[in-house]
Amino acid sequence: MNTKYNVDENGFYGQFGGAFIPEMLYPNVEDLKENYLKIMAEPSFQEEFNELLQQFVGRPTPLYFAKRLSEKYNTKIYLKREDLCHTGAHKINNTIGQILVAKRLGKTRIIAETGAGQHGVATATVCALMGLECIVYMGEVDIKRQAPNVARMKMLGAEVRPATSGSKTLKDATNEAIRDWINNPIDTFYIIGSVVGPHPYPDMVARFQSVISKEIKSQLLTQEGRENPDYVIACVGGGSNAAGAFYEFLDEESVKLIAVEAAGHGVDSGESAATSVLGKIGIIHGSKTLLMQTEDGQITEPYSISAGLDYPGVGPLHAHLHDTKRAEFIAITDSEAMQSGLEISKTEGIIPAIETAHAFSVLDKKQFEPNEIVVINLSGRGDKDLNTYIDYFKF
Amino acid sequence: MNRINQKLQENKKLLSIYFTAGFPKLNDTVSIIQELEKNGVEMIEIGLPFSDPLADGPTIQESSTQAIENGMTTSLLFEQLKDIRKSVKIPLIIMGYFNPMMQFGIEKFCQQCAEVGIDGLIIPDLPLYVYETEYQAIFEKYNLKNIFLISPQTSVERIQQIDAVSDSFIYMVSSAAVTGSQSGFGLEQMEYFQRIVDLNLKNPQIVGFGIKDQETFQQATKHQKGAIIGSAFINFLKENPISEIPKFIENIR
Repeated sequence: MNTKYNVDENGFYGQFGGAFIPEMLYPNVEDLKENYLKIMAEPSFQEEFNELLQQFVGRPTPLYFAKRLSEKYNTKIYLKREDLCHTGAHKINNTIGQILVAKRLGKTRIIAETGAGQHGVATATVCALMGLECIVYMGEVDIKRQAPNVARMKMLGAEVRPATSGSKTLKDATNEAIRDWINNPIDTFYIIGSVVGPHPYPDMVARFQSVISKEIKSQLLTQEGRENPDYVIACVGGGSNAAGAFYEFLDEESVKLIAVEAAGHGVDSGESAATSVLGKIGIIHGSKTLLMQTEDGQITEPYSISAGLDYPGVGPLHAHLHDTKRAEFIAITDSEAMQSGLEISKTEGIIPAIETAHAFSVLDKKQFEPNEIVVINLSGRGDKDLNTYIDYFKF
Repeated sequence: MNRINQKLQENKKLLSIYFTAGFPKLNDTVSIIQELEKNGVEMIEIGLPFSDPLADGPTIQESSTQAIENGMTTSLLFEQLKDIRKSVKIPLIIMGYFNPMMQFGIEKFCQQCAEVGIDGLIIPDLPLYVYETEYQAIFEKYNLKNIFLISPQTSVERIQQIDAVSDSFIYMVSSAAVTGSQSGFGLEQMEYFQRIVDLNLKNPQIVGFGIKDQETFQQATKHQKGAIIGSAFINFLKENPISEIPKFIENIR
């Protein structure tokens, strides 16, 4: 059981978190706060959740010993294969969980925000599965950049609504989803895609994603005879795959946690998404956390070649892990990540999502001992990024 | 006594107007305030622009984006307002989101408010619990009234909690909506207005969201003490010069 890094009764991780929401959302968020743990503890919920993870998502995902990569870096590298989840990434662990909560709260209409479209697709998928109405908000700019995912969502029966305000990207799609929720407080459930937003979302999403680290523990015990690796490495945008991969190890201080952010063109280039370096404490989407902003407190638009990492904030749990130095934060540039993506493809036969490729670049930044066990969370597959890879490498 | 509380004692229905500071032009702030007072507006909410105003609809968001592009900042707002009390007597409230205030520094923000003569604050994303535990003492030190929102979904228990902490008026959001998204009030809203009156709260209520003309103003003030117009006024400013403000007010009263 986690204690030191868990959320407190007011929804804070140290000084981060809370629920800085307009009063109009208070009844909804309070209702969720009062009920999410109770619902998640119900045997019928557990049964349905686990059954769907197994039969629909395809869990447990393998913990794969990457032999050639291990030889190359002279250490023991394991890959947690979230890329093999249905829909191609870890995102669906969370949407399955949240839609089951939504149903038990009697909600009939689902809304979600999406940046690159992965969470949108994962939400549209579970809505189709449950026969619920689904509306996905997506920045107008992202709709143009991510046409295949827009088509997927439509095919799954979701309505994709363009966010036309502000910078027309993920943060604006999130604003629009929150506005929709304010306008439809009775029948609507908001499925947030990462460990962000007002309490209890960061905790609820982390719990749904914690299946990743639970499996790592038991798989490592079988494969290596011990539960704990020496390192867990994961990329961080909002931070849901990292939260899931870290969760069961948070209080195991012997396990070193590495959170990998997108440096974009470089941390000091003015085009970056390295929130832990460039962010200051502030409020975004109902949560007090590290966030990229002007001196005057206006939220700025981050940049990364990876659409899933360019969020101006970071989940409050991660802000706390950074603050307490429980996790080491490393920023990786576009070009480093793209090279790693290519390297993993050629060395292991796995084309990773560009988000995930950032995590692999850490292998070039840090020295690992031959007998150390390094687990990298392979959060998503690279099919969706093929165009970006093609443009970049001129295949 | 705080100007807001004085105004609330007057025996009439109050018309309050919201506008975004620095919109349509960067230096319009003071002339808009003066013109509104001259035309009999009883209270003004000065919007401190924010890049991501969650509780507001497209009209106010666009005006905020424009104001930020114009160069509006928190310190510039205080600079613009530094002599406002030489010409303006009515209560002035700053309405804004918490992040810009936090970056400015809450104590410094409150101290500057007091210095220029601001009477109260409306901060939609500052929750009651955080206000009480961290900021109430600072607000009170500078005689700033913190104004809370309630909506039709707010429970009676919660309304009573908010009433207990409030010491001016309660901002009643007319329906489940962001700003600027209404077309007239229906039976449901009128019942909600009545329901709140029946609670006999110690603070009077002022209705906001969805007020845009004489009809909606009268509906909103049938039971409540006053009403706030925001998006409709912003839309007016997009098309009309400041000198035409009298026309806008005439159409309300």
